[in-house]
Amino acid sequence: MTMGVESNNFIALADVALHNDDLQHAIGEGTRTAYYKRLDTMFAHSNEHGEFIRQQAAEAKRRALRQLPDLLEKAERNLKKNGFQVEWAVDAARANQLVLDIARRHGARTVTKAKSMLSEELGTNHAMEAAGLRVVETDLGEYIIQLANETPSHIVGPVMHKTKAEIRDVFVDELGMEPTDDAEEMVAFARGMLREDFLSADMGISGGNFLIAETGSIGLVMNEGNGRMCTSLPRVHVALVGIEKLVDTVEDYATLTQVLPSSSTGQKMTVYTNIINGPRRDDEDDGPEHAYVILVDNGRSDIYATKYAEVLSCIRCGACQNACPVYRTMGGHAYGWVYGGPIGAVLTPLFVGLENATPLPHASSLCGSCKQVCPVDIDLPRMLLDLRWDLVQGGESDGRWDIAMKMWAIGMTSPTRFNLGGVAARVGQHIMGEYMPGVLGNWTKHRDFPEFASKPFRQLWKERKRGRA
Amino acid sequence: MALPERISPVGKRVSLFVTCIVDMIYPGTGMSAVDILEHVGVTVDFPMAQTCCGQPAFNSGYRDEARTVAVHFFKAFKDAEVIVTPSGSCATMVRHEYPHLFTLDDGELYEQARRMAAITWEFSEFLVEGLGIVDLQLQLPEKETFAMHDACHGLRGLGLGKASRELIANLGNAELVELNECEVCCGFGGLFSVKMADISNAMLKNKVANINDSAADSIVTGDVSCLTQMNGGLSRDKSRKRVLHLADVLAKGLGGGRA
Repeated sequence: MTMGVESNNFIALADVALHNDDLQHAIGEGTRTAYYKRLDTMFAHSNEHGEFIRQQAAEAKRRALRQLPDLLEKAERNLKKNGFQVEWAVDAARANQLVLDIARRHGARTVTKAKSMLSEELGTNHAMEAAGLRVVETDLGEYIIQLANETPSHIVGPVMHKTKAEIRDVFVDELGMEPTDDAEEMVAFARGMLREDFLSADMGISGGNFLIAETGSIGLVMNEGNGRMCTSLPRVHVALVGIEKLVDTVEDYATLTQVLPSSSTGQKMTVYTNIINGPRRDDEDDGPEHAYVILVDNGRSDIYATKYAEVLSCIRCGACQNACPVYRTMGGHAYGWVYGGPIGAVLTPLFVGLENATPLPHASSLCGSCKQVCPVDIDLPRMLLDLRWDLVQGGESDGRWDIAMKMWAIGMTSPTRFNLGGVAARVGQHIMGEYMPGVLGNWTKHRDFPEFASKPFRQLWKERKRGRA
Repeated sequence: MALPERISPVGKRVSLFVTCIVDMIYPGTGMSAVDILEHVGVTVDFPMAQTCCGQPAFNSGYRDEARTVAVHFFKAFKDAEVIVTPSGSCATMVRHEYPHLFTLDDGELYEQARRMAAITWEFSEFLVEGLGIVDLQLQLPEKETFAMHDACHGLRGLGLGKASRELIANLGNAELVELNECEVCCGFGGLFSVKMADISNAMLKNKVANINDSAADSIVTGDVSCLTQMNGGLSRDKSRKRVLHLADVLAKGLGGGRA
């Protein structure tokens, strides 16, 4: 149902990233730049204003989620009124089959694609290529990723893990670009290559940042203008949209398009903010002849039925990735599936099954930065805690920890046992020195551990009281 | 769910929840907290039955064990009017997580969880927000330069950050300077530091580099667990800088008080 999941290899994958200096540098700089730009833009007016907009955006998404079944029907009705053909896909296989059917129906051979994380989740490119279609990613970052035969490492900056020199090498090796270190020259080169694809494509695929129910429109934001080339130049436009992308009104869309760009790239607005209302009308000169919306579930309604439903509010801005000190050290690939960072640590187990992503709920120091920056106020740390609880309840936890925690709880429910534990630790440390047993030894691999005090606080307290009496 | 509402702690007896780590490794920090609390005229007691808040189990998903330890906490502090703890992390556990760990179905235990949440304060929060004291009328023996590290749970869990800065800013002979990325996690995260030790270390290295670059002689923070992580890294890095607990820095001023 889903693309290869390697999330249970998290620690090993993280280790690879931790030893890649170029990646460390690129991710460290990319995430921090976006993080500080966000602060500047989001709170440019005042802290209160930024927080107000954030809560308004959260409420818009929560309201939409509460009414999800009704709004989906409303959206379908209004999409059809606008001339969209609406399809429903329960899972990835169905969604990809629908894309292939549409391509076949219209005799499409070359397909241009705007950036879509959903299509990554569905593996749509692979399905199309396997069926003999030529697929060209047109977002610059995705274009590079596709040429390098990799996957995006960041929701908004798919190529964030690569340095400029690495990108140059991809263009030189894959497309025969004249070597240059000038970023503008590289962009101009890619632009020239892509232009031909835009003009020759038969079909364009986009995602949808939002699906506006009251008007039956696709809300699409972008900076490079490539998305418009995909949705308006080819004869056929297909929008792949997750069912959680719904908002009720255009006003809600206006609210969300304030927080999305500021949270992801620190822009007040994206360069292009589109409301797409179906295929070309009879009296219009431009636009596709046929426009489809494929509404994709692929596990979303299952999540909707759980205590994690609110995670479906996510608008894929990437702010939690930029803010996360764990993500900052390794980027997104280590998470082993489509979504990295805090949102990935929550979404991946929910999408692919907790047993296939057991390390991810623990891939966080619970520092709370992700919740702090989330434009729709998703309580990701609480969800990580709940997932850890699910791991224990589902018997997916490490048996050694099960025993250790039981013993620990026994020790902590009596001051005498607690004190004896302290004595044991003190004596143990005296005998063992720097060495610590079991998994605790991981501590001294990187850092020194302080000495246990010769007298615990409770003893000092007693002595102090005695001295005063 | 709304947090249980605070009642003013002014004039109330304070029960110190010293935390398990302070008890075993940093008893001096516990004493510093007592000294400062007594300095501002608060009566302090120490319920001897106390152990731990249960956070290690809670954060690892062992809710049954966390509940067991929390229930012990209720017993240990059943007579407390106000609880003060020199840890933003343990205060967050009591204030934010206890009301989640027990539900209405738990009856009396739920009520106790809500009560504990309502009366528990982090050390600097208690002084500044609870008692309204920002100037302790204290002076360090010599000039020292400090920078703050905002421990995560205090900062994002309890919304602190200003309180400790104000206390240091009003401390005689203390100068406050910047620490780059002072709001970024040091990489401790409880058992995260041993379960994902290499990632934790990568985060720590970043913190150590920022501390070494800072103009401060020492870094001040409100949690001994983060302090242990950072000092463990600084020591391994052969850095001469160290992280100190806020209570210890303030207590250094008790000798040569301005009052």
